[in-house]
Amino acid sequence: MTELPRLPTAGGCRETPILKQRGQREVFCGLTGIIWLHRKMQDAFFLVIGSRTCAHLLQSAAGVMIFAEPRFGTAILEETDLAGLADAQDELDKVVDELLIRRPDIKQLFLVGSCPSEVIKLDLAKAAERMTQRHAPSVRVLNFSGSGIETTFTQGEDACLASMVPVLPKTDERQLLLVGALPDVVEEQAIGLLEAMGIGPIKVLPAPRANSDLAVGPNTVYALTQPFLGDTHDALTRRGARHIPAPFPFGEEGTTQWLAAIATEFGVAPELFEQVTTAPRARARKAIAQAAEALNGMSIFFFPDSQLEIPLARFLTRECGMEAIEVGAPFIHKGIVGPDLDLLAEGPTISEGQDVDLQLDRAKAAKPDLTVCGLGLANPLEAEGLATKWAIELVFTPVHFYEQAGDLAGLFSRPIRRADLLKLDPVSSDGKYDGGVGAGPHAQQP
Amino acid sequence: MKLTVWTYEGPPHVGAMRVATGMTDLHYVLHAPQGDTYADLLFTMIERRDHRPPVTYTTFQARDLGADTANLFKQAAQDAYDRFKPQAIIVGASCTAELIQDDPGGMAETMGLPVPTIPLELPSYQRKENFGADETFFQIVKTLAKPMERTKQVTANLIGPTALGFRHRDDIQEVTALLSDMGISVNVVAPMTSSPADIARMGAAHFNVLMYPETAESAARWMERDLDQPYTKTVPIGVGATRDFVNEVATITGKDAYLDTSRLRLPWYSKSVDSTYLTGKRVFLFGDGTHVLAAARIAQDEMGFEVVGMGCYNREMARPVRTKAKDMGIEATITDDYLEVERVIEALQPEMILGTQMERHIGKRLGIPCAVISAPVHVQDFPARYSPQMGIEGANVIFDTWVHPLVMGLEEHLLHMFREDFEFHDAAGPSHHGGHAPAASGSGGPAPRPADSPRSFSSKMNEGSVVWLADAEQELKKIPFFVRGKARRNTEIFATERGVDEISVDTLYEAKAHFAR
Repeated sequence: MTELPRLPTAGGCRETPILKQRGQREVFCGLTGIIWLHRKMQDAFFLVIGSRTCAHLLQSAAGVMIFAEPRFGTAILEETDLAGLADAQDELDKVVDELLIRRPDIKQLFLVGSCPSEVIKLDLAKAAERMTQRHAPSVRVLNFSGSGIETTFTQGEDACLASMVPVLPKTDERQLLLVGALPDVVEEQAIGLLEAMGIGPIKVLPAPRANSDLAVGPNTVYALTQPFLGDTHDALTRRGARHIPAPFPFGEEGTTQWLAAIATEFGVAPELFEQVTTAPRARARKAIAQAAEALNGMSIFFFPDSQLEIPLARFLTRECGMEAIEVGAPFIHKGIVGPDLDLLAEGPTISEGQDVDLQLDRAKAAKPDLTVCGLGLANPLEAEGLATKWAIELVFTPVHFYEQAGDLAGLFSRPIRRADLLKLDPVSSDGKYDGGVGAGPHAQQP
Repeated sequence: MKLTVWTYEGPPHVGAMRVATGMTDLHYVLHAPQGDTYADLLFTMIERRDHRPPVTYTTFQARDLGADTANLFKQAAQDAYDRFKPQAIIVGASCTAELIQDDPGGMAETMGLPVPTIPLELPSYQRKENFGADETFFQIVKTLAKPMERTKQVTANLIGPTALGFRHRDDIQEVTALLSDMGISVNVVAPMTSSPADIARMGAAHFNVLMYPETAESAARWMERDLDQPYTKTVPIGVGATRDFVNEVATITGKDAYLDTSRLRLPWYSKSVDSTYLTGKRVFLFGDGTHVLAAARIAQDEMGFEVVGMGCYNREMARPVRTKAKDMGIEATITDDYLEVERVIEALQPEMILGTQMERHIGKRLGIPCAVISAPVHVQDFPARYSPQMGIEGANVIFDTWVHPLVMGLEEHLLHMFREDFEFHDAAGPSHHGGHAPAASGSGGPAPRPADSPRSFSSKMNEGSVVWLADAEQELKKIPFFVRGKARRNTEIFATERGVDEISVDTLYEAKAHFAR
């Protein structure tokens, strides 16, 4: 096919013991995925059955406040619903009827479980079944859990996609299924490259609309575009489809390896593969090189957030010259990120889950040049003089495949470039900067 | 069960966080699942705080539920004490933990931590954020503040400011200056800026300034009763209210009423000739009760607007808001349902909205200018510049903020005179609001997701049986966009009242003459 990836001489991280600590976690729950899923699936509505906290999370996470009418909402549980469970199902029927009357354009309705609905054991599967019958054929009702007691951030997308797999029609057609919600522009690029190699038919889960011709079966092979799709992976396997394992398509190398794995599966001639990928590979390398100037030799520390951490650490260390100190992920599924772990050179601490206070102690001691973390931690770390990259931006920005490889590197180089650009700290009498750490607005509260 | 798209208030534990985060040396141990840690970003991102909120979440998971969440709580509380060494701890549960009934307050008491441990009962399924803040502050004050000797000089506590408050940071400075001009110094500002040790010496003040009834009224009442401290009832937002506040403070303290108006510009700005274009502008007010009540007085008495509707989202303030609305001859909208507010605004067709960030969206959709007067807060509500709402400078700031979204005087005339000008189309906003290029999707936001046409939940107003003839419809389009909604509605009312079922150009102008002021 193409040249084999240069495996790390000292061995990869697949067998590195994983540091697991139990303590306070600082992560979003799976409901957050609704923020991008409701834009991706244009005839779907996400109804969270939860508390005021769930509603507040969604509007806070949605870029603080969103500017178009969203296709999501919360059925807020009240005292009366908690008193007797029989009520809750009736109440839910009422809310859904009201919703569907208002939004006749809705073809797929997801009932999304939350922490409170899980704790009171509200049976949303039963509700979804009942409502599907009631509103058939115009609306299909599915359910999944985005609760914070079961899911972390991107696991919400996984749970949502996994809920769609069992109801997909069966097909015996030989086909490629791409799995993961990507921005349209990125999805089109991937399909374009694969089609140029003569691969097809290509389907995508999730499809933008419910009435697509999406189906699955024993002759389906699938490639994941996101590393957090463990349950979806299992659900597809149960339908007889076969996974094509590969490093994830971040950066030039990741994209090439990902495409190569699919090309091999479909027997694409090496010459054709070269012909299709040579030009975009060169562009990607060039774009990465520009951003990588600022990143070369810099150290990076990942707090667990989106499960993208391991593939990104692989990209940043191998293609941008960074040194990983710790790579934390909320959850590590070796069957999915194994190929990335193989390529990630031994050295960094690999951690799963977290005790945020202990992890902050490690980060502060290590003084990384760049810290990737959630929004709750970013400004406090910046105020202590650590440059940070908010992890949530990585799932809200087109970063996959060749044409975005430079943008992806740029997301990481910008905070470092900024630190060089800003001349804001006081200058001492000898003309040298005398620090400026802890210069935030609340640093010297009375 | 209630369908909710947007909420004006968060859950009550977020109110408790606003109190804890505003304070120093206090720690909040919150029994909550991991997802609830999102609340940290409200403070670190919206308010750009440079410290994590002083909150330890137990972050229990599904697998803990069958096992021992109670021990998890105790461990988290002990770890939090050991690591942060606070002067006092508040403990409570979020909505999910409330359901598993671990009783964090009771458990914390049995742990024998060497600092005061204050249990919070915040019913998540009944109450909301403002209640949470008010109740938390009340419990902290009740536990820590004791009667004590008064300071020799007259002093006041400023109570109510919290983290994530609408301009609280700057209001503190403004009110401190008002009091200082009268020879009164500040004893404690709480909860924001105070430590538990500061709360303990609140009894030394001669009276309390209740800045925000939403967050401190319960504490104010308790201190009046148990510490014998009177509290001010006037919130000094606007010129008249600031004058009344100064008089009230003078009455409480026996000091001379003194107000330095040398920097006050609102009265002259409102009287200056160009402000006649403000006269009689029809405004709709919505927000928290305190800010809406203040805005109603300013709008009517200090800007010359006509208040056509008002309301608040916090039921705790329903009574005074209803009373004020009745005084003004209008009906109050008391609701936390954003869709209902939207329907009211659609029906009233005001020329301007003074509301929250929610109403700003409604205004955008309906083409009505909006200025923000109240929480819930947005990152824009924490400007880098000094921007209070209270006192003299607050009045100046309010004048500027409210006038800013409006089309300026002469510009309005030009739009009327040259309504055929191709640049005076609906999408062209006031000229001082920068370019009118199609709204670019900002980087970092949810931009790359495919945009769809925003669909409104709200059903269109029933246009009934009245039909617009083509030439009348054409003529209507020539009317500037910012008054077109009102013209359409008035014409339809005019036609319906007269049993006219077809609107012609003549009907349009007859209606205009009928409604002329």
